[in-house]
Amino acid sequence: MAEAADIVVQVDDLSKQYANLTVVDRVSFTVQRGECLGLLGPNGAGKTTLLRMMLGMAIPSGGRLEVLGLPVPLRAEAVRAQVGVVPQLDNLDPDFSVVENLYTYGRYFGIPQRSLRERVPLLLELASLSERSNAMIGDLSGGMKRRLTLARALINDPQLLILDEPTTGLDPQARQLIWRRLRQLLAQGKTLMITTHYMEEAERLCDRVMVMDQGRILANGSPGDLVHHHVEPQVVEVYGPNAEAWVKRHRPLAQRVEVVGETAFCYALDEKPLLQALSGEVGLRYTHRRAHLEDVFLKLTGHDLGAAA
Amino acid sequence: MTAWIAVWQRNLLVWRKLALPSLVGNFGEPLLYLLALGYGLGAFVGQVQGLPYVVFLASGIVCSSAMNAATLEATYSAYVRMAVQQTWEGILVTPMGVREIVLGELAWSATKALINAAPILVVAAALGAVHGWQALWVLPVTLAVGLSFGAMALVVTAFARGFDFFLYYATLVITPMLLFSGVFFPLSGMPAIIRGGARFLPLTHAVDVVRPLMTGQRLENVPLHLLILGVYALGGYLLALRLLRKRLIG
Repeated sequence: MAEAADIVVQVDDLSKQYANLTVVDRVSFTVQRGECLGLLGPNGAGKTTLLRMMLGMAIPSGGRLEVLGLPVPLRAEAVRAQVGVVPQLDNLDPDFSVVENLYTYGRYFGIPQRSLRERVPLLLELASLSERSNAMIGDLSGGMKRRLTLARALINDPQLLILDEPTTGLDPQARQLIWRRLRQLLAQGKTLMITTHYMEEAERLCDRVMVMDQGRILANGSPGDLVHHHVEPQVVEVYGPNAEAWVKRHRPLAQRVEVVGETAFCYALDEKPLLQALSGEVGLRYTHRRAHLEDVFLKLTGHDLGAAA
Repeated sequence: MTAWIAVWQRNLLVWRKLALPSLVGNFGEPLLYLLALGYGLGAFVGQVQGLPYVVFLASGIVCSSAMNAATLEATYSAYVRMAVQQTWEGILVTPMGVREIVLGELAWSATKALINAAPILVVAAALGAVHGWQALWVLPVTLAVGLSFGAMALVVTAFARGFDFFLYYATLVITPMLLFSGVFFPLSGMPAIIRGGARFLPLTHAVDVVRPLMTGQRLENVPLHLLILGVYALGGYLLALRLLRKRLIG
């Protein structure tokens, strides 16, 4: 058991209902100091609502919630003073330049001008935006805006960083740069909570992943453990209009089959018999790969991650 | 307790960047009304309540200009910050709460009222339509007007789902207020029911304070007038706070 001081987030039996809709359904978990926790799930899974409750921006319908040792929503303002947030929607101030955005945000935390003069150049450097410090927000690329939003979230030197889909809509290069920065922050001992529907993001960054669907946590563990415990190691994906029929005929070759749209996912301990049978087929396309988090998600929820997105 | 100043300061800094077009729009228009109506209509009207029409009108325009500035700021501009740019959402993940946002926006509405009304006072003085230094007391009154109308407008903004919604408020509340508060003509010629109703309009009470201050006529019932403005400001503030909390914090 970890020391109490090492627990950054403690959630017990937390629920949130809007009218008759249950968005978060009795979830419980903890986050350790220095950990990177991924919240994985399609839109509507309850990830954002969960994060909003942690900040006191949505009031729980039931359960208990402590962040940095403080009860929320009671002490939400004190919590927010020590937390950094990268929101899902870009809300940089379009009337301000890059550097003005950082100064203005710093004032919301009550950080004195003198301290901001020291901090802001460092944050610009971290965001690789030192050269663009006087640019207006509208002139920045999507990746630059995200990096600035990340720098802005660090203005108060937070202990916990909450990132809601930090790389959604970015091209692969811009995404890589964000990931590199996040790994640096982890190396500095910051605690990170990230929502994403990119499996790759979760696998590369997160020590631990919670799979959420319809307000519930379906699984909680390291990416490797989740894959190991929930799915067979080999996956053969068969595509095309005849995929389903083919799979029906060769059903015994796979331990488990999931069909999503025109793709049949064949899960097997050994992929060779499947590949052998497929090699003679004309008009079917297929690939073989190792199982990953998306397969865990598919098994646990019955739909793929993009389905509800 | 002073955290809201950061919200006020943010709006001030944005305004400073766009000050010139903003001033031309918000100050130019009332100035045109003052000159065109004051002299054009004034030539036919002659004296009103013992004053040249332009002198009578100047104090009304100061008040309506303060009202319009605060109303525009706390409806359209505040809505942009709330729903379009998500500025408030960004602020709410800092130690700031909805209270700080509402206080900061209110203070800024009052500031805009002052910024827009003060130059008209100066122009009126240059035209000889101001009598005496006591007219400087008009400036804090425009702040009070800004607080009242800013607070009322924030209540409207808390309900708004789009810009069109503000047209109802402008047409059903602000325009009648402008016409029936003694800005352009004294209410004494109106039917009793309108005169009675006008006693409930905050702009009427603003005009009742500002006009004597600018023209040198005798001030009457100042505490009552300020109390009414204060009631609208405080009532609007409390209601807007409640409604916006509900809207922003689910």
